Amino acid sequence: MHPADNPLVSHPRKAGPLKVFFSKLRKVAEPLTESALALLPIVLVIGFFQLAVLRQPIPNLGQMLWGATLVLLGLALFVRGLQMALFPIGEEMAYNFVRKGNLWWLLIFAFTLGFGTTAAEPALIAIANEAARIASSGQVIGNSVDEQSSYALGLRLTVALAVGFALVIGVFRILKGWPVQYLIIGGYLGVVIMTFFAPPEIIGIAYDSGGVTTSTVTVPLVAALGIGLAHTIHGRDPLIDGFGLIAFASLTPMMFVMAYGMIY
Amino acid sequence: MEGLIHFGYTLLSMLRDVLPIAVILFGFQILVLRRRINNPTRVAMGMVLVLLGLTLFLEGLEMALFPLGRLMAEQLTAPEFIYASPAGAGGAVQWLDYMWVYVFAGAIGFATTVAEPALLAVAIKANQVSGGTITVRGLRYAVALGVAVGVALGVFRIVTGTPIHWYIISGYIVVIIQTAIAPKLIIPLAYDSGGVTTSTVTVPLVAALGLGLAETIPGRSPILDGFGLIAFASLFPIMTVMAYAQLGEWKSRRLKRRNEE
Repeated sequence: MHPADNPLVSHPRKAGPLKVFFSKLRKVAEPLTESALALLPIVLVIGFFQLAVLRQPIPNLGQMLWGATLVLLGLALFVRGLQMALFPIGEEMAYNFVRKGNLWWLLIFAFTLGFGTTAAEPALIAIANEAARIASSGQVIGNSVDEQSSYALGLRLTVALAVGFALVIGVFRILKGWPVQYLIIGGYLGVVIMTFFAPPEIIGIAYDSGGVTTSTVTVPLVAALGIGLAHTIHGRDPLIDGFGLIAFASLTPMMFVMAYGMIY
Repeated sequence: MEGLIHFGYTLLSMLRDVLPIAVILFGFQILVLRRRINNPTRVAMGMVLVLLGLTLFLEGLEMALFPLGRLMAEQLTAPEFIYASPAGAGGAVQWLDYMWVYVFAGAIGFATTVAEPALLAVAIKANQVSGGTITVRGLRYAVALGVAVGVALGVFRIVTGTPIHWYIISGYIVVIIQTAIAPKLIIPLAYDSGGVTTSTVTVPLVAALGLGLAETIPGRSPILDGFGLIAFASLFPIMTVMAYAQLGEWKSRRLKRRNEE
């Protein structure tokens, strides 16, 4: 019997149109259910507090449902885009830099990526403006708009510099295979010591600035870059050596911002 | 129509965020590496999907959940709500009167973190790299639990007005101890998860909560006490992720022992 005629062997090519439709449907539905699961806790928390604690009706139910649909769709598209663009490009560039074999270009790239993405980060711009207001109300700087905006700009550049520096150290560490914890714990010590010398108004902002630096587009890219480097360089483990770049990027801004507060 | 204009505006501001990244990437790829990108159409399509996806995501949140969440943060911290509790009616407000605020802080911290796209990205990568031992959902829930504890404790700090650095320093000490005993494989990922927790979803709601509280509570200044919640939210996930790995290791060890018996 010709193998194609054998009824016991399943032939994926000959799947009926209905089957094709369902497998396509599943491909679309799977990421959507994943994002629905991600969204569910927010809906539950807000629903519970609105109905049970504050005892108020939910306003604009139709608009909320429409918004939730957009969130689901958006998250699913984002994840697809990650796998098509951000992950492969981060890993590919890591591979190309290692092949090129020029350490300096890799470090310059790491710095530019950290500095460039952070300087334009909207969350940071908001925090820097807030900090300038605080500094002027605490009489650290003058009241004029000029002084405030130059203080805010200085702060933004400080944080951007810190993130650029962090990626340089982080990439260098992957190349050398140093364990991440000694560097991070050393950084913690630096933060603690500086806390005792920095002006009190800057401390809260400094601590927070560590968290806001890493945006949703930068994080996947930087993670893929680190893992790509660890994959390409002989003797590095992607799990142990590949992660850790983001940790540096959230640590150094704390120190840099406190230093900025001390100098000003 | 108005919604469409708003959508366009969000898309433009998203584009402005992504543009410097794209310029740096392609600049280095073309000028320094001098190599063509593999599969450029696919990468370009992916970039468009990322851009469109994030825009839809933020737009949807702004429509559905952010206004209500922010309003809720204001209402829960408003004097009328807090003084309505029997203990608070006497005059002096004790820290226990803010019970619902702590519960809300923890719950919203958890919920927003589970939906955080950057965390999802790192979890997907960690899952691939670890060959499936770290699950996407497990890591996200571990991080979200850490954010929940962190934000609730951060709110408690604002209510009591205690200095932030003592909390952070104690947190560091716990992290250092855990680093010594946790499985070595998880440490870099745990440190990373501190930084990814707080972006698009968590920051707007958590910041509203902190500033609202600092404005309501007598003796707190929004500028001195309103900040710091994000720092808490980035510290505690480090602990919970290491604990998650310790738990996994402990479970597998117990299973192994049982199989040997």
